[in-house]
Amino acid sequence: MSGFRFSRLRAVAHKEFIHVFRDPRALGIAIVLPMIMLMIFGYALTMDLDRVPLAVWDQSRTPQSRELVSRFEGSRYFSLVASPDTYRDVEEGIVTGRVMVALVIPVEFGRQVASGRKAQVQVLTDGSDANTTTLALAYADAVVKTYSQEILVEKVRRLTGRPPALPLDLRFRAWFNTDMESRIFIVPGLIAVIMMLIAALLTSLTVAREWETGTMEQLISTPLRGSELILGKLAPYFAIGMVDMLLSVLAGRFLFDVPLRGSLLLLFGVSAVYLVGALSLGILISAKAKSQLLASQFAFVATFLPAFMLSGFMFDIKNMPPALQAFTYLIPARYFVVFLRGLYLKGTGLAELWPQGLLMAVFGAAMLILAIRSFKKRLA
Amino acid sequence: METLRTQALTRRFGDLVALDQLTLAVEEGEIFGLVGPDGAGKTTTMRLLTGILEPSSGEAWVDGLHTVRETEAIKDRIGYMSQRFGLYPDLTVQENIDFYADLYEVPKAGRGERMERLLAFSNLTPFRRRQAGNLSGGMKQKLGLACALIHTPRVLFLDEPTNGVDPVSRRDFWRILYQLQQERVTIFVSTAYLDEAERCNRIGLLHQGRLMACDTVDGVKGLLRGALLELRCEAPRPAARLLREAAIGSVALFGDRLHVLVEDEARGRQAVEAALRAGGIALRELRTIEPSLEDVFTSALPGGSA
Repeated sequence: MSGFRFSRLRAVAHKEFIHVFRDPRALGIAIVLPMIMLMIFGYALTMDLDRVPLAVWDQSRTPQSRELVSRFEGSRYFSLVASPDTYRDVEEGIVTGRVMVALVIPVEFGRQVASGRKAQVQVLTDGSDANTTTLALAYADAVVKTYSQEILVEKVRRLTGRPPALPLDLRFRAWFNTDMESRIFIVPGLIAVIMMLIAALLTSLTVAREWETGTMEQLISTPLRGSELILGKLAPYFAIGMVDMLLSVLAGRFLFDVPLRGSLLLLFGVSAVYLVGALSLGILISAKAKSQLLASQFAFVATFLPAFMLSGFMFDIKNMPPALQAFTYLIPARYFVVFLRGLYLKGTGLAELWPQGLLMAVFGAAMLILAIRSFKKRLA
Repeated sequence: METLRTQALTRRFGDLVALDQLTLAVEEGEIFGLVGPDGAGKTTTMRLLTGILEPSSGEAWVDGLHTVRETEAIKDRIGYMSQRFGLYPDLTVQENIDFYADLYEVPKAGRGERMERLLAFSNLTPFRRRQAGNLSGGMKQKLGLACALIHTPRVLFLDEPTNGVDPVSRRDFWRILYQLQQERVTIFVSTAYLDEAERCNRIGLLHQGRLMACDTVDGVKGLLRGALLELRCEAPRPAARLLREAAIGSVALFGDRLHVLVEDEARGRQAVEAALRAGGIALRELRTIEPSLEDVFTSALPGGSA
């Protein structure tokens, strides 16, 4: 009875490389798909809110009201798209979605401001998307407050002859992402999501294909061992996965302008560990499903959805219900998202991120062992 | 010396008994044919003997090794060609053979020579750089055989190797098997073709999971007691019905000919002639023939198809 033979592992790897390189479509998908996903999500998934479509119904038509409107127009967060003059027009704009925020300035606004009395303005919003509305309202509030403060300052200056010193002055500085662009935050996490999906999809077909074509029955009649078969099958997909990773990092740097502050070596080292886990998961799914269609569908659902929704990439884990939070610990993308964000944005290394690194290594080792164990040299 | 032995080997799939108490032995250097219709349990037997399927009960030994306890040791010594032989269509002829040579750890020294011999032997030399998916059915079978032989196995298991292969390729294929027999390779082959079964040294008739007979081809044919009559007549179908109603013997229809198995030759002939005359069917020819395996199947097996 023969033990582990590297020569057999190499034979399987060689065969798998041939499969990959003689199938240009599969190779194309393996390289192009992650790039397409990076483009789509990288450009589309922006959490920044600017140019909120604004409608203004200025019933006052005074210098004071025009000043307020001009401040909205001057803000990069708003863009004036309509000037209705009835509530029905305002409502129609919001219902059709052309307008997100409507500003209604009452007739007496100019008079009240001029005479120093308290004036009211009405803001109507489309509240269906709570997050966006909250942001838009905060912007509107800021615009109105600034204006209101300036009126106050002007009034004091006129009375006392000099402007008052404001009691509090906020000076803030955002670290790591100084311009506060969500792209810088999204792209590293996106790489974690895409790598998980691509890796599992790549390998999800390999074992199932051997079952479907009958080659598996032949293989299990030979002295080939599970570890040789699985590691041999991983080899070419690991190489492709690392190429995908390299392309993603290059795209992040040169297309999305996301600077990498941490160590490039560490980035690839940890990616390799993550990749082994994801590829092994794909193999495990493939071995259990024994059908290519089922395996690829399952791989998609089992990797993409959790990595996208539950890794902290899209939604903050701290805001999830406790049961779901507990579940996220099983999702390796959770650790990779944190790791990549730390590495990219803060330039942190293993000193801070070792728990994530360790958990990814545990996941990778567990998946690899399960994948190897999944290969039984028996039918049925 | 026995190379292969089974003892009450049984495999059940749920309620279905795919193989029921198979007991047989195959000598070294023998070509043993497992013969039976589809669903008889041939593939199950192959899988049990190659150690890729575990028996529900019973035991089997291949080359002195137990198929369950010493499975992995068996795998170095056997060559197996499953029904849909697992060739990789995107690998060339040469790459397919190389892959199996690596799996069996065929030493690099002497590998080239053995490969050349196998390729020449199977007439695949001109196609060595062709992808397996682009080969004809017969060439695929021969490539499968070459892959199964690259490590010089002691026992070769072939599951319906010539299923769907043209007659010329089948003849080539058998020529290769006879050459292997010269090298004392034991060959265990399953087939649903009876003419192919006649090429084996010994055969086992498998029907619904049970071994109905196991002997040399002549011995199995000898199981047919009585004489076999072949007759030609006009309207063979009504004639068959007529003879069955007359209960002269078991009747089987082969195209325009009828085979009738009777207990006694002379009395049987008279009865056949009398029955047809009474039915008004003209008899063209009536003769006594040597039974073929097909006759054994159609008359000896309950529910055997005619």
